[in-house]
Parts: sequence; structure tokens; C-alpha cells
Amino acid sequence: MLRRLHHDQPKTFSFTPANQAWAEAQMTKYPDGRQASAIIPLLWRAQEQEGWLTRPAIEYVADILDMAYIRALEVASFYFMFQLEPVGRVAHIQICGTTSCMICGAEDLVAVCREKIASKPHQLSEDGTLSWEEVECLGACSNAPMAQIGKDYYEDLTAKRFGEMIEAIKMGQTPKPGPQNGRFASEPFSGLTSLEQYANARAGENASVHLAQTQEDTLRRIDGTEVPLVTSWLSGSKPETPRVAKACVKSAAKALKAPEADNAKSTGKKPATLEVARNSGADDLKQIKGVGPKLEKHLNSLGFFHLDQIASWNEMELAWVEENLEGFKGRATRNNWIAQAKELMSSQQPDAS
Amino acid sequence: MLKDEDRIFTNLYGMHDRTIKGAKARGHWDGTAKIIKQGRDWIIDQMKASGLRGRGGAGFPTGLKWSFMPKESDGRPAYLVVNADESEPGTCKDREIMRHDPHTLIEGCLIASFAMQAHVSYIYIRGEYIREREALQAAIDEAYDAGLLGKDAAKSGWDFDLYLHHGAGAYICGEETALLESLEGRKGMPRMKPPFPAGAGLYGCPTTVNNVESISVVPTILRRGPDWFASFGRPNNAGTKLFAISGHVNNPCVVEEAMSIPFEELIERHCGGIRGGWDNLKAIIPGGSSVPCIRGEHCREAIMDFDYLREQRSGLGTAAVIVMDQSTDIVKAIWRLSKFYKHESCGQCTPCREGTGWMMRVMERLVTGEAEVEEIDMLFDVTKQVEGHTICALGDAAAWPIQGLIRNFRDEIEDRIRHKRAGRKSAVAAE
Repeated sequence: MLRRLHHDQPKTFSFTPANQAWAEAQMTKYPDGRQASAIIPLLWRAQEQEGWLTRPAIEYVADILDMAYIRALEVASFYFMFQLEPVGRVAHIQICGTTSCMICGAEDLVAVCREKIASKPHQLSEDGTLSWEEVECLGACSNAPMAQIGKDYYEDLTAKRFGEMIEAIKMGQTPKPGPQNGRFASEPFSGLTSLEQYANARAGENASVHLAQTQEDTLRRIDGTEVPLVTSWLSGSKPETPRVAKACVKSAAKALKAPEADNAKSTGKKPATLEVARNSGADDLKQIKGVGPKLEKHLNSLGFFHLDQIASWNEMELAWVEENLEGFKGRATRNNWIAQAKELMSSQQPDAS
Repeated sequence: MLKDEDRIFTNLYGMHDRTIKGAKARGHWDGTAKIIKQGRDWIIDQMKASGLRGRGGAGFPTGLKWSFMPKESDGRPAYLVVNADESEPGTCKDREIMRHDPHTLIEGCLIASFAMQAHVSYIYIRGEYIREREALQAAIDEAYDAGLLGKDAAKSGWDFDLYLHHGAGAYICGEETALLESLEGRKGMPRMKPPFPAGAGLYGCPTTVNNVESISVVPTILRRGPDWFASFGRPNNAGTKLFAISGHVNNPCVVEEAMSIPFEELIERHCGGIRGGWDNLKAIIPGGSSVPCIRGEHCREAIMDFDYLREQRSGLGTAAVIVMDQSTDIVKAIWRLSKFYKHESCGQCTPCREGTGWMMRVMERLVTGEAEVEEIDMLFDVTKQVEGHTICALGDAAAWPIQGLIRNFRDEIEDRIRHKRAGRKSAVAAE
């Protein structure tokens, strides 16, 4: 299915500090050199933060993971949960429409959406707060029909109840997730036919609803501060095995080579570098289009901290830099960093003087 | 009927304590180290003896699958990858395990990983299951805190890390090699086999991909013995199984029952009967969207296991039963599945990419009746051309429901076309 980026994109994206920390923690789940594995979780967090997945967000994540932009775009456009165009400011409502839900009344729910939100899927409601779409099976078939709103499943719906929920959301409320007909989870509605011994001591609500109620983040944009960051797999004595994985990691050898200027390959001519930033502090190299946090760090490790350093590269020196931009070869030329750096410097001059 | 003490998923509905304390009280994490100390071969032999067949749909014997993993490492690590990308329409069983009884899965991961000499395991959960992911991660964190994961996991002497990874809404990632592609950070497009994952899977290393339920039942089988497990169900169809019943029954539910339970008993006991009575039953899809439907009148005596349903030219699949009563437009119900497969085809193989769209469009016309009777045969022919001509089984899965429809409800489709045509003719005549 053809999915394209939205025509109207914001200029920038960056993770909130808490989301950045979360993202870096996710990357430790995979063996060295395999950080690209984290792309789906990271793109998803970017979407949770912004509501939809913007082009700067895709590029930002690609930079963090040392991936070519096209590889990240490929992933973003392949997976249907990534919303490549803006969705309702408050909520994007996803109706499960596949057979189990369809024969239980999903079409009535779609009709409610058409009436109360917008006539077409992916179209914003008049006030921009809501949007909707019909999605394929969400895997809650015994609780059909159902819809996912924000992070939560709303199950056992009727058109009437669903209409009420939409009205409540419009009023700024968050309806309680889970089965809407008084059912606990996916047990028979009329009463338990198995596992009856626990029925009396039952918890207040099922696991999904419990999480929704305690975190209160059903409809929230996620900035990473909702729940404390836990990285149980890093704590204590970590088994060595993920490191062993290097043996089969083709690119591991590359990753192992520290990108130190001294060991670097010598094509082109090495420009003048600095050990550390000047006293005035390093410039924000991310201002240059095509440089993300990852590349900035890399440039720093090569000995570049300032815009004027980059602006002063000649062609031979540029070639040297390209050779040493592991994984990003060609980007300095493609995005014309030298011209960009010059321009950034001249625009900053008046402020500095 | 299966007694509660013989149920593996004792907290399926999440009514009991869902934390590790509750799990231990229900008997999980009991003697895990002892099981592991029995050794790899013992575990695999026990699994083979139990007769457990994979719960993800294909029904491949689990013990045998594990034995394909290399006995001696050639320097590459081994991986267990748990397929929690539950997206087959009708299927909603793994969700209940992961949010309500997650420790069955975590303990299973440790034991299964040891059996295939893997120090690392990934669980790939579908992206839409956000709360389930949070619940499962919380349980994993608990297990780390309790020393049941990590170095010397559960004091078994085996170092083991368990990571939770998620997808982003692609049905195809339930196919094992597409899942591995996705886990490596790419589009979920299936790989050619061979090499099979046991030879070169995740990151090019030996890998076994198992369904959530297959892994979750392992600790209980090993604790209670393969004979206990094999005592349920007919030969070659051993064990207990989670059934997910949706659609037109009085009480749709997910329930654990013995394999080979008669369909009638399953529905009467747990689902409060068919809506409107047995005469109102039109058809069932017994194993998730990919298997052909069965006509209502043949359902009553049906036995819910792999072999019986295969003899009926259908299948147990994931044991996700979609029940449809006489009010259902069966052609439309199957058309909706065709739409699903068209939406989810990854586009890699031409027969599937083009065929799914083609099949959906013809189905669309069969729904309204604006078609020729000959087109039914043409459609059947197209399904045969898609089936078996693609890298993965999605092409087959898209073809089978339509074949089942034509086989079982050809009369209904023809009637609809004739009716439509008669309507057209009489309209002409009236002018």
C-alpha cells in the first residue's frame, strides 16, 4: 500500500530528555552494532510524543541509530501504526473492522464516527480534536466489537455507548477503558465457567484497565515522565552473552574501530582538528541540516567542535571527513555542510559582535 | 470436562494476584532450577513425549523444532524468539497470557532458551498491545528483581536475558522470518527458506521462533510430566489448549479446554450456546481467518483438534473460533477477510500482491451479486494460482477462506447472482 509523507512537515524534532533517555535504554537490548533493531520502538515513541510521525522525527531517529534516512523511511511507511499525517489533537480513534468485529457490529461504530467526527477516515473533525480510521484485527475478538483510543482498548461496545464515549472525549474526559458492558476481561459474560475459585478475591479491574487507571495516560502525549525508566536487564551483573554476538555481527568489526582521528583512514587530507572545544564552548553542530545528535558526537570525536572549523574545510579535507564518517559517508557533501556552516556563521555574526 | 486443577493458565482472566507473588502461589517458578539441571536432552525428550504441537497455527511438534537447534555452538550465539505478534483475525488468546499470566511465559522462555542453549531471548509483541506490553514488561522487571532472570537465572547456573520488543501493526510480522526481519529493524518481508532460522535466523545466528502459548505451557508440562499433558486429547493432538470464541454465541470468551473437545460441548459449556439455537448456526471458521469455514450442519459433531479439522478440509489453526449465525452475510464475511489479506500483503511476491487485490475485487462483486456465475470458477482458479506460489504462507492464507466459501456456499453465491440478474431482467421487462 502506498503511504507517503505528509506535505506539510514541521521544521524540527527532538526527543524530550526523558524520552531520549528511554530511547538510549532501548538500544541496549540489542547486540553491539545491531542498534537498528530499536527503530520501531523509537519511531513509536516519537509518534507518542508528537501524535504523528513527522519527517524530522524519522530523520532524528535514523541519526540516533546510525541508519540511512531511506532505511528509516522504509520502516515508517511499511508499518501501519505509524501515522504519517496529522491526527486528531486529542485522540485518534481506531475501529477494528475485521470479520469478528464486523459481524458483531463494527459497521455501526464506523457510522458513529462518520456522524460525530468526520465523514472520511483520517480526516480531522471540525475543531481538529478527533480523527478516526478502520483498522485490521486488533486481537480482542472475544470482546467484539471494539476500538482502540490512544493507548487503550474499549471493548464490548454498542453504537450507543460508543457515541457517549466520543461525546465524553469531546468534553475533555477520558472514558474508562476495557469492556463497556460490565465484563471483567474475556470471561463469559453470564458468569465464570472455569477458574471460579478466584472470582471472589478478584482485583478491581483487569490488567489493562488497571494500568490505564494508575498511569492516566490513555490520551496523553508521552514525554517519558509518566512512568519511571526501568532497565532491569542492565542492573546487577549482566550476562556477557550479548557481547558474544559480535562473532556473527558483520558490522561489529566496523563498530569496534574507535573513530579516533589517529586510526582514521587517510584518503584526502586531514583538516586541522582540536583536542577539545575552545573555551567559548562547542557550537551546536546540529544546526547544520543532516547532523543529528549521533553525528554531532561523532564529529566531536573526530576533533570538530565549531562551525568555523567546518566552514574552512577545502575539498581534500572534505574528502577526508567523508571517508571517516562511518555509516554517513557522503552526507557532508550531499547536504553541503561547508556552505551551511558558512551561512550559519554569517547569520550568527551580528549577535556575537 | 477439564478440571481447574488441570488448567495451565490459572489466572487467564486476571482475577487473581497478577504479580510474581501470585504466580508463585499458583505454582509457577516452582523448581525451575531443578528442571534446568536435568539437562537439555532431558527437556527436549520430555517435550517430544508430551506431544505438544505448536500453538501458533501450523501445529508443528515443539520438541522436534527445538531439536533442530545446533547441539554445539560454532561461536555464534543462539536465540529464542517468542512470536507474540498475535494478529490472525479471531485470535485473542496470547493477549490474556501476557497481561494476566505473564510469568508462565517468562518461566517458559528461561527453560526453552536453556534447552536450545540460548542466553538471550526476545519476545516480539504486536504494537497495538500497549497495555499488554506494559504488563509483561512489569512482570519481566519483577523476575529480574527476584533473580529469576539475569546472571545465574533462578539459581540454575544459566545466564539468561529476556528482552521485550514490539512491532507496529503488520500482520505479516507473525510469519517467523518476517518477524526476524522486523526485529532486525527492517520492513517485515519474509525471507526465503532455506536457510531455516535454526541454521541462520536472527542476526544470522541459530534461532527458534515459537508462539507465546507453546512456550508458556512448557514449565507446567515439565513439572507435571509429559504423560499428564498427553492424557488430554486424542493421540497426536495432545494437551490443553486456549480456545478463543468470537461472533454469534451467547457468551464469547477465551477459555482453556482439553484438545479434541467436541465443538458442541465447547459452545454449550462455556459460551452459553449459539445465538438463536443450533438451527440458527450458519458456519464457523474454526481456527482463525486463514482456515476454510465449515457449514453449520457439520459443526455439531466436529471435534476441535488438528487432525479432525484437517480431515474436514479446514484446520485448527490458532483455535480461534468465529461463529456465524443465519443473519450473517457469509459472502461478505469472507470478503472482509480478503480485504484484510489485501491490506496485509507485504508486496514482495507478485502472486500475493496482485492476487489478493484481485480476489478482493471479485469477492466484492460476489457480495453484491453483480457477477457472472462463471466468475466463481475463475476466482477459484485464481486462488489456486496464488496458493503455493509465494515465499510465505500469506498467499495460501488468503486463498483458503475463499476456497472454503466456494466449496461450502457455492449455492448461495449462485443464488445471489441469479437473483440479481432476475432483478435486472424484470426491470428491463417492465420498461
